[in-house]
Formats: sequence, structure tokens, C-alpha cells
Amino acid sequence: MSSSEPAVDDTLDTPFFLRWLTAAATSVSREAARLTDLDSAIGDADHGTNMQRGFAAVTEALEKEPPGSPGATLILAGRQLISKVGGASGPLYGTLLRRAGKALGDAEQITPQQLADALRAGVDAVAQLGGAAPGDKTMLDALLPAVEALGGATGSFAAAGEAAEKGALATVPMLARKGRASYLGERSVGHQDPGATSSALLIAALAEAAR
Amino acid sequence: MTDEGEKKLVGIVLVSHSAAVADSVAEMAKGLSGGGAAPVRAAGGTEDGGFGTSPELIAEAAQAVDRGAGVAVLVDLGSAVLAVKALLAEGDELPEGTRLVDAPLVEGAVAALVTASTGADVDGVLQAASEAYDYRKV
Repeated sequence: MSSSEPAVDDTLDTPFFLRWLTAAATSVSREAARLTDLDSAIGDADHGTNMQRGFAAVTEALEKEPPGSPGATLILAGRQLISKVGGASGPLYGTLLRRAGKALGDAEQITPQQLADALRAGVDAVAQLGGAAPGDKTMLDALLPAVEALGGATGSFAAAGEAAEKGALATVPMLARKGRASYLGERSVGHQDPGATSSALLIAALAEAAR
Repeated sequence: MTDEGEKKLVGIVLVSHSAAVADSVAEMAKGLSGGGAAPVRAAGGTEDGGFGTSPELIAEAAQAVDRGAGVAVLVDLGSAVLAVKALLAEGDELPEGTRLVDAPLVEGAVAALVTASTGADVDGVLQAASEAYDYRKV
């Protein structure tokens, strides 16, 4: 809302998607220690290192064989995340990007609205795979508000980033109902969800790619 | 089931967060099924030997036990379930006829291997493994 980008008639090309994933990799690497700290409170203390390994594989794969379309870029990245992240985050993030990539087809340029719709499809696939609902203290609590902000009438990458960050913060008082954190019951309350936090980093990287 | 000579057996893959658990369960299932003619492979832990699951190890194991009759994948918890589901959704990562089994890992592995070794089809193997849930202990 506060930002002027992107205008609805802007188009996003393959270099934009490469910039997005590179920015996400940089951000994940920079925040890896914080993600692992969050995961040590309610998980198994490997989310930061797992995500860092996965996104390093993504940037390496994209450099080695640069894909020819936005959709192919997301599909290749998702494939890397599934096999390299480890833990539940690998299949979940991999599914997010692959499903979004498939939704984009082989178009060389896409609109921000098409990206919003594709991410929505990806988020729906994540919800289905993990069986989680909003409020379960998972990555969905950051991703759902983000895609809603991006797809809205005043949608912008900045608004999506803010919504994801707010969503991640909102997981602090939640009771975990999925994954290892759910075994902790009440003790999961008071800790920010690591998956929602890394999701917010991924969405924030969109605005960086647009600059 | 009638043609002994050309019998294609269902393959079994055991996925655990621990390589030691997956290996041991495979050994135990083989032992309890009288040697077990059906192929079984363990895919436990991460590629670097840590606790976790590796889609690459799972896919390798599934290829290794594929005899053209389907592959039954038994898992322990959390990311093992998600990893197999994600691989299945990929469409081309696992052999044709690969199925995720809703069964307890240890008891299901024994039931699956015994049943697969009789030459049962993949549905029969899945059913036998799932029925392990019905065996109450108390």
C-alpha cells in the first residue's frame, strides 16, 4: 500500500524470478542462525542450516542451467528444495514453488496478478500436503496473509512482505498443532514459528527483486 | 499368484528418521518372514548420516526394489510422510505403482514383507500392513 511497485501492468520476467530466489537465498543465509535459534525452542534446531543448504542448492542449480521461463525457474528451485532441505520444510517449500511454477506454465512474462494467483495455488498445495489450517502455528500463517495481500486490489510486494512479517509475529501466542512443536503442547506458546519466519523472508525477497 | 516362474513381487521401502532404525527394521522383517523373497530396502536418515529424511535416498531405494509390481513405502513420522507424498506428487520420481502405506513402521514392515513374499499384489500388501493398526496391545 505504501509502495508504488508493482503497477498492475508491470510484467515479471525470468531475470526477476532469478533475482527473487537469489535474494531469498541471501536472506536465508543471513538469518540462518536466527531460524535455528527459533527452531531450537520448539523444533529440532536445524531449520536455519536446512534452509541454507536448500537455497544454496537452488542458486547453484539456477546458475548451472538457467531456466527459460518464470515457471521453469520455480519448478527447478522447488525440485532442489525437496531433495536438499531435509526435514518437513523441504517437501513443503518444494511443493510451494513447484506448484506455483506449474501454475505459471511456460509464459515468458507474467503479471503480478498471475504471480499472486500462482502463489495462491502453491500455498493451497502446501496446506493440503501438510494438512494444516491457519492458526496452527505453521508457515501457512505467514504465507496466507501474504498471498491475500499480494492478490488484493492494492496489492504490492511491499504489502505482501508486511503481511507475511505480521503473520509470522502472530504465531508467537499460538499453540502448535502440526509437526514436532505440537508434541510440546502449551510449551510451544510464546515462541515464534520458525517456518512462518522463513516464509516471511521468502516473501520479503520479492520486494528486493523488484527494485 | 499362479505363475511362480514369472511372479513379480511388490518391493518394500522402509523410511525412518534414523538409518539404524530403518536398517534394523528391515533386518527384523526379513528374519521374521523366513528370509522373505520380496525385496526390501531401508532409507533411513539423511545423506550425511544425520537424523532426518532424504528424498534422494527414498527414491534410490524405491528404484532398487522395483520389480514391476509396485512398491510399498512404509514411514515413521512427520517429514518422512511429507517427503514421500511430495515425491509421489512429482509423478516421475518413484517407480510406477509406488504407494505410501498407512501403517505402523515395525509391525507394518513385517506384515508387508510376509505378504509381498507370497506374491500378493500391491493392494494386498497395503491392506496387510494397514491391518497391523488393528492389533491392540492392551
